Amino acid sequence: MNSINWYKYSSPATFYNLAGRLAPWFYAAAALLSVAGLYIGFVLAPTDFQQGESYRIIFIHVPASWMSMFIYVVMAVWAAIGLAFNTRLSFMMMSALAPTGAMLTFVALWTGALWGKPTWGAWWVWDARLTSELILFFLYIGFMALQAAIDDPRRADRAGALIALVGVVNVPIIYFSVRWWNTLHQGASVSVAKAPSMATIMLTGMLVMAFAVWMYAIAAALSRARSIILERERNSQWVAQMLESKV
Amino acid sequence: MNWNSWSEFFHMGGYALYVWGSYAAAAVLVAGEVLLLRARRQNALKQALRAVKYGKAEKDTDSQ
Repeated sequence: MNSINWYKYSSPATFYNLAGRLAPWFYAAAALLSVAGLYIGFVLAPTDFQQGESYRIIFIHVPASWMSMFIYVVMAVWAAIGLAFNTRLSFMMMSALAPTGAMLTFVALWTGALWGKPTWGAWWVWDARLTSELILFFLYIGFMALQAAIDDPRRADRAGALIALVGVVNVPIIYFSVRWWNTLHQGASVSVAKAPSMATIMLTGMLVMAFAVWMYAIAAALSRARSIILERERNSQWVAQMLESKV
Repeated sequence: MNWNSWSEFFHMGGYALYVWGSYAAAAVLVAGEVLLLRARRQNALKQALRAVKYGKAEKDTDSQ
């Protein structure tokens, strides 16, 4: 059989080098896409006829919100793979994603507050969409606090994986909250089922920014995974061999 | 083109606080995360180098 040997890449030693080679490219892609996305969002996209210039918050608010949910789902997938196959690297990827996810959830909440004030007249309301996104933030913080509180890394992995899997139920609640309940937050502007309800240039800017945030999240997670691997495997043979030249 | 001058651009049609407050917070948080990532990497490397040195010393005493 001529298939890719996935077991090779599930070894932390191989992944460490692969992630080190890939991360700079993802950082570069994130930087380039951000410049392009902000140019579209601030220069090419016209003023909104209802909201004026305040709508330009959309180019950071929506990408950060999408990625805050997506990263949690990816964390839960790594958690499931880790629990099913007991692979160390899966748990390391799970842990590497959490701080970036928490940061983007905070950005979503913060930019949402700054958008809510001029459009709704309130920084915060206990609306279903806002509240469920706040719970997502607490889930990320809870995940990190739980992992930090358990000294044995194997047990910390398993406990973290459980919280990641149980918490993932919150993601569809966030996503569908605007349909299930009467919310102040508007419904989805973009969905797979129907044509987007916004101007093409605004949509383009938003999607380019979403890719920028995505590439950044991958770069940050790869960098953090490398540090986690080093921290956990510093007594192993391959780390010693790799660092031998530097000693 | 939406803007006739830089001051008009920074004014953001009266929404400067909200628009720039959003992007500034995001920029600060991303920059902060990148700095934290670098610090963590340097610390992990330092600890690993120490472990390698310590491991070597241990091996040397074993052989004596």
